[in-house]
Amino acid sequence: MSTPIASSPLSPRDRGGPGQPLLTVEGLVKHFPVKKGIGGKKAVVRAVDGVDFDIKKGETLGVVGESGCGKSSTARLIMGLTQHDKGEMLFDGERIGSRALPLREFRAQAQMVFQDSYSSLNPRMTIEGSIAFGPRVHGVPKRQAIERARSLLARVGLEPARFAARYPHELSGGQRQRVNIARALALEPRLVVLDEAVSALDKSVEAQVLNLLMDLKQEFDLTYLFISHDLNVVRFICDRVAVMYLGQVVEIGPADTVLADPAHPYTKALLSSMPSMDPDNRTTVAPLAGDPPNPIDPPPGCRFNPRCSLVEDVCRSQVPPLAPVDPVHRVACLARQPGSGHSAAPALSVAA
Amino acid sequence: MLSFILRRLLTVTPVALGVSIVCFSLVHLAEGDPLSSILPVDATQETIDAMRIAYGYDKPLPVQYALWLWKVLHGDLGTSIATGRPVLSEVGRAVVNSLILASVATLIGFTFGCLFGFVAGYFRDSVLDRAASAISVFGVSVPHYWLGMVLVIVFSAQLGWLPSTGAGPDGSGNWKPDLEHLRYIILPAITMSVIPMGVIARTVRALVGDILSQDFVGALRAKGLSEFGVFKHVVKNAAPTALAIMGLQLGYLLGGSILIETVFAWPGTGFLLNAAIFQRDLPLLQGAILVLAMFFVALNLIVDVVQTALDPRIERG
Amino acid sequence: MALGTSPASSAIDIAGGAPPLTSTPDAFVASRGFWGNVLAKLLRDPVAMTAACLILAIVAIALLSPWITPMDPYRGSMVRRLKPVGDATYILGSDELGRDMLSRLMLGGRLSLFIGVTPVILAFLLGSSIGILAGYVGGWLNTVLMRTVDVFFAFPSVLLAIALSGALGAGVFNSIVSLTCVFTPQIARVAESVTTQIRSRDYVDAARLSGASTLTILRAQVLGNVLGPIFVYSTSLISVSMILASGLSFLGLGVKPPEPEWGLMLNTLRTAIYVNPMVAALPGLAIFIVSISFNLFSDGLRSAMEVKS
Repeated sequence: MSTPIASSPLSPRDRGGPGQPLLTVEGLVKHFPVKKGIGGKKAVVRAVDGVDFDIKKGETLGVVGESGCGKSSTARLIMGLTQHDKGEMLFDGERIGSRALPLREFRAQAQMVFQDSYSSLNPRMTIEGSIAFGPRVHGVPKRQAIERARSLLARVGLEPARFAARYPHELSGGQRQRVNIARALALEPRLVVLDEAVSALDKSVEAQVLNLLMDLKQEFDLTYLFISHDLNVVRFICDRVAVMYLGQVVEIGPADTVLADPAHPYTKALLSSMPSMDPDNRTTVAPLAGDPPNPIDPPPGCRFNPRCSLVEDVCRSQVPPLAPVDPVHRVACLARQPGSGHSAAPALSVAA
Repeated sequence: MLSFILRRLLTVTPVALGVSIVCFSLVHLAEGDPLSSILPVDATQETIDAMRIAYGYDKPLPVQYALWLWKVLHGDLGTSIATGRPVLSEVGRAVVNSLILASVATLIGFTFGCLFGFVAGYFRDSVLDRAASAISVFGVSVPHYWLGMVLVIVFSAQLGWLPSTGAGPDGSGNWKPDLEHLRYIILPAITMSVIPMGVIARTVRALVGDILSQDFVGALRAKGLSEFGVFKHVVKNAAPTALAIMGLQLGYLLGGSILIETVFAWPGTGFLLNAAIFQRDLPLLQGAILVLAMFFVALNLIVDVVQTALDPRIERG
Repeated sequence: MALGTSPASSAIDIAGGAPPLTSTPDAFVASRGFWGNVLAKLLRDPVAMTAACLILAIVAIALLSPWITPMDPYRGSMVRRLKPVGDATYILGSDELGRDMLSRLMLGGRLSLFIGVTPVILAFLLGSSIGILAGYVGGWLNTVLMRTVDVFFAFPSVLLAIALSGALGAGVFNSIVSLTCVFTPQIARVAESVTTQIRSRDYVDAARLSGASTLTILRAQVLGNVLGPIFVYSTSLISVSMILASGLSFLGLGVKPPEPEWGLMLNTLRTAIYVNPMVAALPGLAIFIVSISFNLFSDGLRSAMEVKS
């Protein structure tokens, strides 16, 4: 593209160097109160219940799981759209919301693309107005902001002359999602959270938008947190994958490893429930049975135990920690934990 | 279900308290002293002070409110300044007459409203639909007190078929269910029925159109169900909402009948309110408003509970 | 896998399969904006346009009435009382004091419109402020404001209007005050529910992420989307308000004689229904025409504002 948008060299913003994770999430907890019964007995939905992971600079971390597992809640907590109850989030080494990195400053460096492309654009604003809104808020003069909006529109593949003055309802879903991506890039972020950003699109449009996202990542030196329930898409775009179940991360590691050789029975079940194009590649593991348990009242021990094929007594009493199976791959399953008491667990001596 | 009723009662209580506060404040909204209307113009300061203490107006407002509420909860709404009788008995007699009129009007309005609504909803965008829509727009736009006058002009003044005012031939204050009294209720009831008719016709039209466009109706027809069978399903699905609106309209009519009752000199609450306002009989005004508003609150509650009981789709949680 | 089939060079891929420019000049559509589209749709709605023209004509006559009435609306004549409609001097007859009905109806429209429309305007300002505040801030403020609104909802509107003006006493000012109190809670409730709905839209979250202050978000993102529905709802209240305002005068709680006002005229002419029924019914007809015009216009506006996406 003719006008480079991320004109400023990234080095002054990059504090910790390439080795430091861009985002570190530790022990993130969010419980939503719900009232039950006549006396208003308090109960909580454990939407996010102790989530840890980090995102390295320049990578794409995928977060997968069934609906209601806390993927989107995690995204909203990271962006500060919902207040978290417990836990810490570090952005390039600084705690988000601390004096060194106030929320407003963090948000200038982290943006989000939402799932519903229609609901995420103001129906009374032209799309160039929507894209220019962020820069205008940050004090960019109107003409410059509009100019930037137009060049971003061109970059995401929407000819400014035709689209800039249109309203959201005059665009297709794929076009709107391109606008949303342009809007997220308008503030020159380093981290972009994509919350099911392509899930609502037709398959062919989805592929085009995914390709666009990969190109933009290269061009603007972005880091993605990519939330999706579609394992195919995750395999296509992500470097690493975190699998979430009932508000917790149960497995995290390189996408190739996790999706080819999953260590957690839940991940295996997820993969086997995915339709395959290859008739020889039949499902061998039983796909998931039943609905996920109620997040208000999760089962004791390992949360996956009521649906797990490897379940043993120990799984109903002991909570499995997220422990490494190899240096880059961690899993929360007692069957993979040496000395856990599970019959399938490897011997203790193997532990490095 | 029981827990649902209890919870609804719990949420209604603060509303009822709020209503009582508004009614209590009415007396204090009035210009000047609440006593000014009963005191002679040449009353001495001593008399005024003595009266203030006797009526409790010397105490701070919250205390006055608490004392008043205590009395109200024990069925004491005070004494009418004009007649010297207890407010409760005055209001009670009037409420019965108003309730009779409002019920008849609601029934007429409901019958015709449903009829028009069903026809309009069933034959969407036809001439019938447009006619029914026109009638319902007429119903919600016409100044009902004027409609009453027009009906009196046509049916009493010109044709002489029906009496124009009062509830009965002897000029008595009470309506009785006999043929002679029936003639007196026709005009006011028809006038009043126009208000709920328009609202109910609109709602039923929207409901029927909505139900007919749903997939299950197509499935019923595909199954070979007769048109009458389909009609029964539509009625079953539209009934809870239509009945709920009817219940609420009864409440509106009871509270909003003052204009029509004035036109027809119907001896109900509206007539009573009118008298109370022009005689500056504030205790009577306050009592009548309180009773009517509480009636409306109670009716709302009943409608809510009944509708929930009838309609499985409404969540009770 | 399906993704493999997508073109490798995504730079060629433009506009996500946007349809080519069709015969509709969409650049023109886009430049009109939301309100432009609403206006265009309204102009094509014959019923709404007729209603709008009627309203405009009546407003114009009412405003100009001090200069254009054919006779002095206040001067009566004992010998020329209750002339019928179609009289040589009095086109629409004369009232119980021998005053020209046409002149009084023209001048009466001024007060009737004033006491009918003003409460809705005031309630629109008050109610939308309360509702938007409650809806956007949420939490305990929402609870306090909306529970208060609930209390006023426990009164049927006619009853509340009469209770308040009955207690406050007769007069134009008091009648406007009490009607404002009647409509403010209704508008506040609509405003609250619309705002709560809009607040949960992703574009409001996106605006928060862009670092905009609450006030900026309210002004730039929320207000434009909530004021439309609130405005439409408010226009639908004008008809009720006209009927109620004239009704209060009809009861003797609003405008005081000898000022001409439709409701009051209807009241003083009640005695004439046996003598000259046509004349007696005229002021009510005027209220009815205005009320139904506002209702039809409001209906047209509502359907014109329905955005189909």
